Amino acid sequence: MDFIVEGFFKALELLINGDGSTWSAVLATLKVSVWSLLISTVTGLPCGFMIGYFDFKGKKQLRTVLDTLLALPTVFIGLVVYAFISRQGPLGEFGLLFTLSGIVIGLTILAFPVVTAITASTVEGIDPDLKLTLISLGAGKRHILTTCLWEVRYGILTAIVNAYGRVSTEVGIAMMIGGNIKYHTRTITTAIALETNKGMFADGIALGLVLITIAFIVNLSLSFLRKQ
Amino acid sequence: MNKKWIMNWVIVFFMTMGLAAFAQAETKSLMMATTTSTEDTGLLDYLMPLFEKDTGIALKWTATGTGKALKLGETCDVDVLLVHAPSAEKKFIENGFGKDRKEIMYNDFVIIGPESDPAGIKGKSLADALTAIKGKQAQFMSRGDDSGTHKTEQILWKASGLQVPDKETWYVQTGQGMLATITVAQEKNGYTMTDRGTYIKYNSQNKGNASLKILVEGDKNLLNQYSVLTLNAAKCPKAKYDLAVQFSDWMASPKGQKLIGDFLLMGERLFFPNAD
Repeated sequence: MDFIVEGFFKALELLINGDGSTWSAVLATLKVSVWSLLISTVTGLPCGFMIGYFDFKGKKQLRTVLDTLLALPTVFIGLVVYAFISRQGPLGEFGLLFTLSGIVIGLTILAFPVVTAITASTVEGIDPDLKLTLISLGAGKRHILTTCLWEVRYGILTAIVNAYGRVSTEVGIAMMIGGNIKYHTRTITTAIALETNKGMFADGIALGLVLITIAFIVNLSLSFLRKQ
Repeated sequence: MNKKWIMNWVIVFFMTMGLAAFAQAETKSLMMATTTSTEDTGLLDYLMPLFEKDTGIALKWTATGTGKALKLGETCDVDVLLVHAPSAEKKFIENGFGKDRKEIMYNDFVIIGPESDPAGIKGKSLADALTAIKGKQAQFMSRGDDSGTHKTEQILWKASGLQVPDKETWYVQTGQGMLATITVAQEKNGYTMTDRGTYIKYNSQNKGNASLKILVEGDKNLLNQYSVLTLNAAKCPKAKYDLAVQFSDWMASPKGQKLIGDFLLMGERLFFPNAD
């Protein structure tokens, strides 16, 4: 039992003393999650909005595909991205394997369906009377669109929070593509996996606490957004 | 506090974080694939800053088994290799994937197990010990990951006149690194074969009081040779051959050799330099 208590103290010690490898793992985690979140939000939001807003042929099928992608196993994404960006693969010349950029590609593929599907669901949930009311009030197309966007702002926030939860806690992609390189591609999650493997539970617990703290700060700042 | 101000601050913070990821200055860097023992023991952490200071090259590494490391060399995904499976290494060079192979250091393998020693192998010869483990069907953890240690272990079963007990229930293939495998052996109260360096590391983590002890050692078959391999530039034009040679030369230089010999844990030497 001692090592669990030890973990809590170790966490404080690592952070306060500015342990180089801990902070580099924290930074790597922040970098890959922020970038993958940015890219998947910029691409996923419009896609999700359009899928939810417009009616078109094959919409149901598309939604089924999208919902299936929500359950995409991360190790499978890791495998496929690895195959593509290895020097042997079609994108090999860019040398993306074992880089943070490589991890970002994998995490973006993971986050994109989350952002898209949740946005689409919220947009679909907009009260159909809203559109009619706006039209009867003589609102222009652009006005209708912006009003609808404003209506679903919390749904979009939920989508982003969910996507964040998946990318920041992900370990398979980060391990396979990043290679767990100390000071470079070692993220908090791969560091925890390594410490556990080495039997250093206290260090693992310490890193886990750091990850939870970051998640708490992120959600806290998002709840500020919600209150506005 | 002003909420807008906080929001702006949060946004600015994350944007900076993100931008920093790609704005990093590109220094000379060398990507190496290596085995878990060189990372787990802390040897690379110790050598990396010294190597960078001497040559200005930032060393990065991914620690896997030797099998995977050689594979990463074949696919040109790394620049240099530090591995320990001589026969597989020679084949790698014969097949045209590698250019030069430089022997750098060695340690030895030992068989470790619980102090109670259910199969009674303590002090026996290697062949007798493996036969006894098989006879008693005592739990034996194998790396099972095509690493250098795993390759050697398979050779040792055969050299002892036994079949590799691949499908036996008492033969547990963890598929993980050396320290992880030792941890499994500890939890299951079983035997395993490890390089001495990783064992010393494991013992130091347990403050010298580890529950698994060295039971068989000193057999000539248990020698563990580590070498640096550079890749064949003709096959891997993108691999940084020049930097790889610099690393290989530095490791084999009197200075590098001395540093390796000076690397101690709990007062014990983990790797013995033996470059020509």
